[in-house]
Amino acid sequence: MSPTFVGMPPFPKAAARAVDNAQLRHNLHKATHTIRDKRAAVVSEQPDWAALRAAGAGLKTRVLRHLDDYLEQLERAVERAGGHVHWAADGAEANRIVLDLVRATGETEVVKVKSMATQEIGLNEALAEQGITAYETDLAELIVQLGDDRPSHILVPAIHRNRAEIREIFQRAMASWGRPAPDGLTDEPRALAEAARLHLRERFLSAKVGISGANFAVAETGTLVVLESEGNGRMCLTLPETLISVVGIEKLVPTWQDLEVFMQLLPRSSTGERMNPYTSMWTGAAEGQDFHLVLLDNGRTNVLADEVGRQALRCIRCSACLNACPVYERAGGHAYGSVYPGPIGAILTPQLRGFSSELDESLPYASTLCGACYDVCPVAINIPEVLLHLRAEVAASGAHKGEKLAMGAARRVLSSPGLLAAGQRTAGRFRKLTPRRLPGPLAAWTDTRDIPAPPTQSFRDWWASREEK
Amino acid sequence: MRVALFVTCVNDTLFPGTGRATVRLLERLGCRVEFPEAQTCCGQMHFNTGYRDDALPLARRVGEVFAGYDAVVMPSGSCAAMVREWYPTLGVEPPSGVYELAEFLVDVLKVEDVGAYFPHTVTYHPTCHSLRSLRLGERPYKLLSAVRGLTLKPLGGSDECCGFGGTFSLKNPAVSAAMGTDKVRNVLDTGAEVLCAADNSCLMHIGGTMRRERAGVRVMHLAQILASTEENPA
Repeated sequence: MSPTFVGMPPFPKAAARAVDNAQLRHNLHKATHTIRDKRAAVVSEQPDWAALRAAGAGLKTRVLRHLDDYLEQLERAVERAGGHVHWAADGAEANRIVLDLVRATGETEVVKVKSMATQEIGLNEALAEQGITAYETDLAELIVQLGDDRPSHILVPAIHRNRAEIREIFQRAMASWGRPAPDGLTDEPRALAEAARLHLRERFLSAKVGISGANFAVAETGTLVVLESEGNGRMCLTLPETLISVVGIEKLVPTWQDLEVFMQLLPRSSTGERMNPYTSMWTGAAEGQDFHLVLLDNGRTNVLADEVGRQALRCIRCSACLNACPVYERAGGHAYGSVYPGPIGAILTPQLRGFSSELDESLPYASTLCGACYDVCPVAINIPEVLLHLRAEVAASGAHKGEKLAMGAARRVLSSPGLLAAGQRTAGRFRKLTPRRLPGPLAAWTDTRDIPAPPTQSFRDWWASREEK
Repeated sequence: MRVALFVTCVNDTLFPGTGRATVRLLERLGCRVEFPEAQTCCGQMHFNTGYRDDALPLARRVGEVFAGYDAVVMPSGSCAAMVREWYPTLGVEPPSGVYELAEFLVDVLKVEDVGAYFPHTVTYHPTCHSLRSLRLGERPYKLLSAVRGLTLKPLGGSDECCGFGGTFSLKNPAVSAAMGTDKVRNVLDTGAEVLCAADNSCLMHIGGTMRRERAGVRVMHLAQILASTEENPA
């Protein structure tokens, strides 16, 4: 296992490997179904959920339509409140900005709040190359980091690990990152949490630089918002002398009041709670703290240019779509080859990266189009619609030549009732010869499923014979 | 009422019994059924795989062939969803009055008891497009509950996809098969003799898995159960 996703195989290959892992399937089934049920319960008790969802989608759509205005408004508000704003066109530029800011402090260690944006740009790896160690402080991210692993879920990055594995990781790796795991550590959740608490506490008290992302950025006031469960994020945001926040440009909401919508939508959709335990909000620089906001594009304006695909930028990273997705449940998060797995990853990753590999081209097809993701999305992203849109792009690029020929042939037969009828009669005549194994790519069907033998008479021939009588 | 049957290419070619059952059922309920022979395929496979240029002439053909009827009845949830929900994105106006079979029976003919007799234990898989695109909801269950002799068993995890997904079943066979076997396990847990659905393509996947595994459960389209009578049993 390596902490980056570079060089991953296409989705079907990686997913096939995951499907074979019974422990992983058990973990994923249990975890996703538990959160799925919790979410369903707290959403159903909210009588105006449909209206909230529409409001969330509408607000985000407005932000995207006037993104340039809102971003400049945010910049002015943050600077007025004593913060510094930096603009990063891509991941490399964002990493360089953060690196320079950390270097300017003279520190070689930073503590991190769980952040998707910094994972997207590989910030930890970029800092490590220059001799700066980034310590993840979210419990699940800590497990991933200590295990030299990759996250497999947006909200629960270590969802693929069970507590026995976590105990082993703590015992093996904690000592090389800081305070070692206590002797006689058991796999009781309380014992594991206590081990993590002791390990992290030292880190919080010594750290001079904190790095975070943000769930929301309020354009009107310049306020950044982080929602979390553990309070570790609060430590990182408040204790260090320098705070650097890397935030995607789509994270904006127009006004302070708009937060009321998202503060209801997000916890219920993500952890299945009415309210998350810790919400931190800060505006510019707190007293005695140096604050830097790095606004990250990294492909987002390209997504914005696509009329169908841009709705993916409404995403508030709740991961309800992952928990609802039957494909994610079997394939696990790593198969998506990105920090954004599941249905949202399948539409976001290829748009952000621009179909840069065979893996990216396979992502829009990593779905049965069952629609469960769209149903649970709190900002009504029509994920099936975007998947279909992206599939059309892949097909038009000529990536699948054999398939294109087969589809063209099928279209020609289906454009002619006469040809279709002739084909049906031929298949019916030779029905006894229907093979148990189909040739070529169709073998994927008969590997696990029988095929029905064609009938002696098609429906249209039956109808014609009936009309004659 | 002048009703056109859009039987769909999968039913026409592989499951003509579903088409025949739909005709028998609708005629029994007093409809004059026509089968426009120029019909072929709704284009869903092409559209869902990304081949919109190939789907477009097929969609246009549907628009032309089925214009001017009081109703167009389709014994397939996913094809009905394709026509109603996705034709506009191809710039094709769907023909008016397109209904999936259960919708047509309950909403247009206003019947729930269609006079069927089927003395077997049945469980129903709602299929994704019927469930989340067409929002068939309680309709199929009401129709099945009114069938004399039929015992309806609830299916665990019924709202979860069976893993067919059209070309998904070929492009992602491992995940498709894993979803299929999980669905089969839920079906077996019901103890039903028959698995029923309103989409034969999903049933081809689940049924093909069950046949390979000698599971001993039959699959039947909703139309076939509703067409079944004491005199003319399915």
